[in-house]
Amino acid sequence: MPKQSPIPDELDKPFYDACNEERLVVQYCPACSRYQFPPRNACGGCLNPGIQWKQVSGRGRIQSRVVVYDTPVSVLIPDQPFNVATIALEEEPEIIMLSHLPGTPVEQVPIGAQVEVIFETTPATGQKIPEWRVVS
Amino acid sequence: MASHPMTPNSWHRNREGLGIWHGRGKVAATGVGTSPTARRWDEKPETSMGALTLIAIRKAIEDAGISPSEIDGIVITPESTTGVSNDPNTPPPEGWDQVFKMVDYPQAGITRGDIDWILVNMPELTNVQFKMEGRGCMSVSFTTAAEAVARGLTHTCLVIRGWHNLAGRYYVGQGAAAGDTLAGPQKYAGLWGAPACAGTAMIFEEYCNKYGKNHDMMAPFIVEQRKNGLMNPDGFYSQHRPEMITVEDYLSGRWIAKPANIYDNDLPIQAALAVIMTTAERAKNHRPKPAYVLTHAQTRPESQGVTPTLESWERLSDKMGRMLFEGAGIGPDDLDFENMYDGFTLFHQFHLEGLRFGANGEKGRGYALDLYQEDISITGPNPVSPSGGNNGNGRTRFWNHRDSILQVQGRSPSQISKPANIGVSGSHMPHMCDSLIWSSSPD
Ligand SMILES: [Zn+2]
Repeated sequence: MPKQSPIPDELDKPFYDACNEERLVVQYCPACSRYQFPPRNACGGCLNPGIQWKQVSGRGRIQSRVVVYDTPVSVLIPDQPFNVATIALEEEPEIIMLSHLPGTPVEQVPIGAQVEVIFETTPATGQKIPEWRVVS
Repeated sequence: MASHPMTPNSWHRNREGLGIWHGRGKVAATGVGTSPTARRWDEKPETSMGALTLIAIRKAIEDAGISPSEIDGIVITPESTTGVSNDPNTPPPEGWDQVFKMVDYPQAGITRGDIDWILVNMPELTNVQFKMEGRGCMSVSFTTAAEAVARGLTHTCLVIRGWHNLAGRYYVGQGAAAGDTLAGPQKYAGLWGAPACAGTAMIFEEYCNKYGKNHDMMAPFIVEQRKNGLMNPDGFYSQHRPEMITVEDYLSGRWIAKPANIYDNDLPIQAALAVIMTTAERAKNHRPKPAYVLTHAQTRPESQGVTPTLESWERLSDKMGRMLFEGAGIGPDDLDFENMYDGFTLFHQFHLEGLRFGANGEKGRGYALDLYQEDISITGPNPVSPSGGNNGNGRTRFWNHRDSILQVQGRSPSQISKPANIGVSGSHMPHMCDSLIWSSSPD
């Protein structure tokens, strides 16, 4: 499913640069051992500004899902209905990322199943973004 | 751009252990004014969000039976939509300046609630000294005004929120969603094209899996809300679509983001509400019975990811319940009704369970959808959302507060049968909510 291309900014450039190298990174606070994504200028837990980027395993678990029949995003309308699943990262299940679960038909999403990150190229700019597929 | 101070963080009651609220029983809501509703703006100045706001203010003052010159404070929620809006520099439509005086913010009165715009267009408000913005939600304005009155910063304060709804669909194919690139913080989730209700629907799905419930169990709640909303002569449905819906309608509703269907999504409208909040002492001289505030409380997101989690919704709505009961010095059994937020319908049960409303001895969570199968009507023992909420009246996030005030004043159009001594209202999400306990008595 061809998605919109995200336009990186100063804060999230390390994330999108890593995506282009097919590495998944999220922010990590060494002071309180807390992961966070989306990125912020400081740790949302202890307000430490010394937040770092840390590579994670790229493994996760499907937490929940919806089937989208009425998307607001114009470029996705031809692909309806489609899955949007929440993926909980292995390192920190409170870190949630979204996925279309490419290869998994709607109404057949295995809740709780293991997934692994893949990187998808978005057409408008060529920026890569993380996607997730079920580990068979 | 004209803006005024926002609510100081120190006014928030966002943790346990704060004890009884210092303003308990010393602040009351009295006059209530509601504008007519419309599905969308027709671009006439007379039907703009700002015009509706002025109507609501005049009605609230008249309802209170006071002089406009007695108003010495305004707290407003400047945001007037959660959907698509105009660029802030968009000039007003032709003829606007013939009807309204302008301020330096061209969208004031159109897509932004603006204190200065109100004041230049209501010269009868001659004594407004205290001005503050309760940003994001009218709930924030209510809790802000309650604090401001309790702290002696204003004694007769208008609480205001207007909602605009422009032509076109609320989100679909508009603004950022129309392009082939996406910038700004919405990109972390927006690329996947999930409609606004999807985040709630995903957590609802998890909730159902965890507690063995299903979407069909929502039907009695949805139907009851429309029934309650249709009793409200000021609501959108009673004014424009006065038809009841049935369980079958709900069960066959088209999916937006399954398990959220069209009836789980509230309908965007144009409307405005103004409420007078004042000291308990002055409230005695206002015409309506005072609706006393016993406490207020706030929760804010603790999420680490792009969407909240089921755990965070349960944790924070539980915390909200405990904070409210502590601040008001009451317990769950003291609540005669609940008017927590419902836009989207699929999270209402988190609020309800956090308050232990209708728990009937049930210690854990996961009981609310069973409660929906019992008598939750205004004549029953556990009136759930007697206002009908957004779902029964249109999207405003204020019907619930308005009705809690009217219930304890004894004059709600959907008045509950048992005495409405104490009730609760709060908006919006289970992890980001401002709530108040209302009472017919200050004690
Ligand atoms: Zn930290």
